[in-house]
Amino acid sequence: MAVAEIERAPAFKRRGYWAGVARRLMRDRVAILCLAILAALVLSAIFAPLLPIQDPYQASMVARLKPIGTAGHPLGTDEQGRDMLARLIYGGRLTLMIGLMPVAIAFFIGSTLGIVAGYIGGRVNTLIMRSIDVFFAFPSVLLAIAISGALGAGILNSLVSLSVVFVPPITRVAESVTSAVRSADYIEAARASGGNALTIMRVHVLGNVLGPIFVYASSLTSVCMILAAGLSFLGVGVKPPEPEWGLMLNTLRTAIYMNPMVAALPGLMIFVTSLCLNLLSDGLRSAMNVKE
Amino acid sequence: MTPEPLPDTLPDIGGPAQPLVTCRDLRKHFPVKGGILGRQVATVHAVDGVSFEVRKGETLGIVGESGCGKSTTARLLIGLIPPDQGEIIFDGRQLGEELSLRELRRGIQMVFQDSYASLNPRLTVEDSIAFGPRINGLDRPVERARDMMARVGLEPARFAGRYPHEMSGGQRQRVNIARALAMSPRLVVLDEAVSALDKSVEAQVLNLLNELRRDLGLTYVFISHDLNVVRYISDRVLVMYLGEVVEIGPVDEVYAAQAHPYTASLFAAMPSMDPDRRTLVPPLSGDPPNPIDPPAGCRFHTRCRYGEPICATTKPVLRSFGESRAHCAACHIHDPASGHSLSGKDFMPQGLPR
Amino acid sequence: MLAYMIRRLILVLPVAFGVSVICFLLVHIAPGDPLTAIMAVDATAEEQAAMRAAYGLDRALPVQFLLWLGNLVQGDLGRSIATGRPVAAEVWRAVQNSLLLAATASAIAFPVGLLLGFIAGYFRDSWIDKTVTSAAIAGVSLPNYWLGMVLVIIFSVKLGWLPAMGAGPAGSDGWAWDWGHVRHLLLPSFTLSVVPIGIVSRTVRALVGDIYRMDFVQALYAKGLSNLDVLIHVIRNAAATALSVMGLQLGALLGGSILIETVFNWPGSGMLLSNAIFQRDLPLLQGTILTLAMFFVAANLVVDILQAAIDPRIQRS
Repeated sequence: MAVAEIERAPAFKRRGYWAGVARRLMRDRVAILCLAILAALVLSAIFAPLLPIQDPYQASMVARLKPIGTAGHPLGTDEQGRDMLARLIYGGRLTLMIGLMPVAIAFFIGSTLGIVAGYIGGRVNTLIMRSIDVFFAFPSVLLAIAISGALGAGILNSLVSLSVVFVPPITRVAESVTSAVRSADYIEAARASGGNALTIMRVHVLGNVLGPIFVYASSLTSVCMILAAGLSFLGVGVKPPEPEWGLMLNTLRTAIYMNPMVAALPGLMIFVTSLCLNLLSDGLRSAMNVKE
Repeated sequence: MTPEPLPDTLPDIGGPAQPLVTCRDLRKHFPVKGGILGRQVATVHAVDGVSFEVRKGETLGIVGESGCGKSTTARLLIGLIPPDQGEIIFDGRQLGEELSLRELRRGIQMVFQDSYASLNPRLTVEDSIAFGPRINGLDRPVERARDMMARVGLEPARFAGRYPHEMSGGQRQRVNIARALAMSPRLVVLDEAVSALDKSVEAQVLNLLNELRRDLGLTYVFISHDLNVVRYISDRVLVMYLGEVVEIGPVDEVYAAQAHPYTASLFAAMPSMDPDRRTLVPPLSGDPPNPIDPPAGCRFHTRCRYGEPICATTKPVLRSFGESRAHCAACHIHDPASGHSLSGKDFMPQGLPR
Repeated sequence: MLAYMIRRLILVLPVAFGVSVICFLLVHIAPGDPLTAIMAVDATAEEQAAMRAAYGLDRALPVQFLLWLGNLVQGDLGRSIATGRPVAAEVWRAVQNSLLLAATASAIAFPVGLLLGFIAGYFRDSWIDKTVTSAAIAGVSLPNYWLGMVLVIIFSVKLGWLPAMGAGPAGSDGWAWDWGHVRHLLLPSFTLSVVPIGIVSRTVRALVGDIYRMDFVQALYAKGLSNLDVLIHVIRNAAATALSVMGLQLGALLGGSILIETVFNWPGSGMLLSNAIFQRDLPLLQGTILTLAMFFVAANLVVDILQAAIDPRIQRS
């Protein structure tokens, strides 16, 4: 077959890998529902100032702990008379940020460390992985609280402590995935073609390891969310009077006798969000054909 | 028809008489880590003093049991692992002296056994084939990839954009061959390249390999444990046992009469369609000795029917044998001076018990 | 086996050392002076320096670390800055309460999680499996501190059946196995058991499902073994992994109960930790975290060795 003839032949329709993942994910109704709920939460948090809701900081001594369904306060008011609906929507801003950012940060740091350790192997691997092992000696909750407790309350400190918590597990997964890929025959074949380490890393390793690492990281978002709100619940996370679901849950603990339904609302938000994150991560895992 | 090499093939330097590849005394030992501190506690003698030549335009078959060092030899040959000792000379130029690893890899390519594992699952077939030419700065890698696909019988328009999991095993192995050819090699090492394929597909791929060799003037090193396949495709055959060469010779001669007792047993183990040649007694008993601690003297003496005290103490050397002198074996039987009771009697070992 | 145990023990040493380094550094990443909490506001520079010298804070960091480590191996965790009492004694009392809670939660979580996981794995893709899987996902998605609040609302506020706070009737010091104390244990331990139930059942389900699909199970059926006999083989193959998951969970419960202890005012290590944080009592913080982490390390060690005893393949890897 002449070259010119080949050029004119209709090209095989390329179906990219990510297009396939998206298509499979779209068929998963549970995952789509979760995606929709999360999108609604994120969008309402981002555009909270544009929504027709009240000022989340506006306290009122006379309107304290109104029940759900009160006129003007569809979700009632908190112990300082602030509108719960507004505070829950605004609360999403901090909670979602502190719940998701650490995993994103840890994904970058952890996958870099893990891929380097897994690809280079030898002493570099031993150094990185043995250091990481030390962090596995702490249960994640304890580690987060320990660092936050030492650093003190504050948004930045929460981000730092939660990122530290999630770097080790992501590094470990990245390392094992990379080691497996490194010994694959196609890497040997690429070396036999004369590829240098960097080229092989870029062309052959990254594409095959980032997917599984990403899926694993996505499965951590739910834990991170619960932990982030937990830090604020303990008082070592976000400081009052900022609206944040964990902190709101804490300050409303005193209200469980007077108005239990309102007191439980912020926790319900955390639960729904983390449930959606978990289900979405499961959907992503099967859409990407990543084995557990 | 004279062969027409692929564009950008390395030029023939030494002429047809000079071997394409000469290996001298290749050794590769792998450390075994163990103990509390992970120190080296033992050594696997994977390849232990292997020497052979690959002539221009021939197919050299390498056979042996699993674990005998066939694949390690292949990996040494294309420079995937550095040898502990020994030299590799490609068309008169020694690797590490006149020849760089990069040049060697232009000259020698490899096809692996597992057609799926040896293709990056996230690259299209075309990208996988074009990878080598692209990073080596060869002209128009994509066109080259499509040309190679056409040569191995895969219509580029249909297959170029496919992913490995969208193809059959035979098609994938053709892709792997195309990938090797895309580097315009002079030697292709085929490491159990057809072993995992169905018999019908295997025959097609073998025919394809023969055609490519004829048309492109290629040289093959064909590693397999399947003696029938080796006979079909090879000009000469090399037999390995526990990291050493025990016999090498023209296919017809070796298949007609084996000079080394190990080779004889290996051939006796071949299933036969002839009811008179039924294998009733296992020709070889037991597993090969542990390559961590290979036997002294002749490594086969622990399982050899003709073993004598000399075999346990003195290592036999590879010596030519027969009329053509092209057939060599490492066995005391064929060394008149060895002192073995069968030596000097033109005795040929039998694979089966008498 | 003995060689494996020794090797495993030796491997623990660097981890334990690393843990102590991290705990030591915790105090030093803390902003401000660890003594501000107890130093008089109008203390002169000399008084401050004297105080610093008394606590050894005037020396170089590595020297401080070695001194601290030296005390540590003798069981001395220093003195609480807030109360002046030895940290070790305070931590030990609190850890006992936490252990009680973690052990009770495990006693609930492990049988339930194993049973649910097994049933779901056995009836893979049936409605039972789907129900268990959904419940497990809900379980691991639950913020357990919120679940604790909800349970208090239901069982204490609405129904009035169980107490909302504390580890025993008013005025009681120490634990006793009577109804007055045990009823305080019920809500927190159940709350604490929900996440491990989810994790254990998910793991066991995947494990059992995979084992049932393996060729050797087909071979066992082909040999004519009954369902029950095959089940025993499956359990033996699942045991090592299931055990390691449970071991990790037990350790995590001990260190992770801090939020639940806060919800229920349970006088355990979590409460101690949260008090230490708010009083900025850094030696106490350090000692508590170190103790809990060491418990976790020990739990992992025991699990590893048990696992190797069950599954000899592990010894070799």
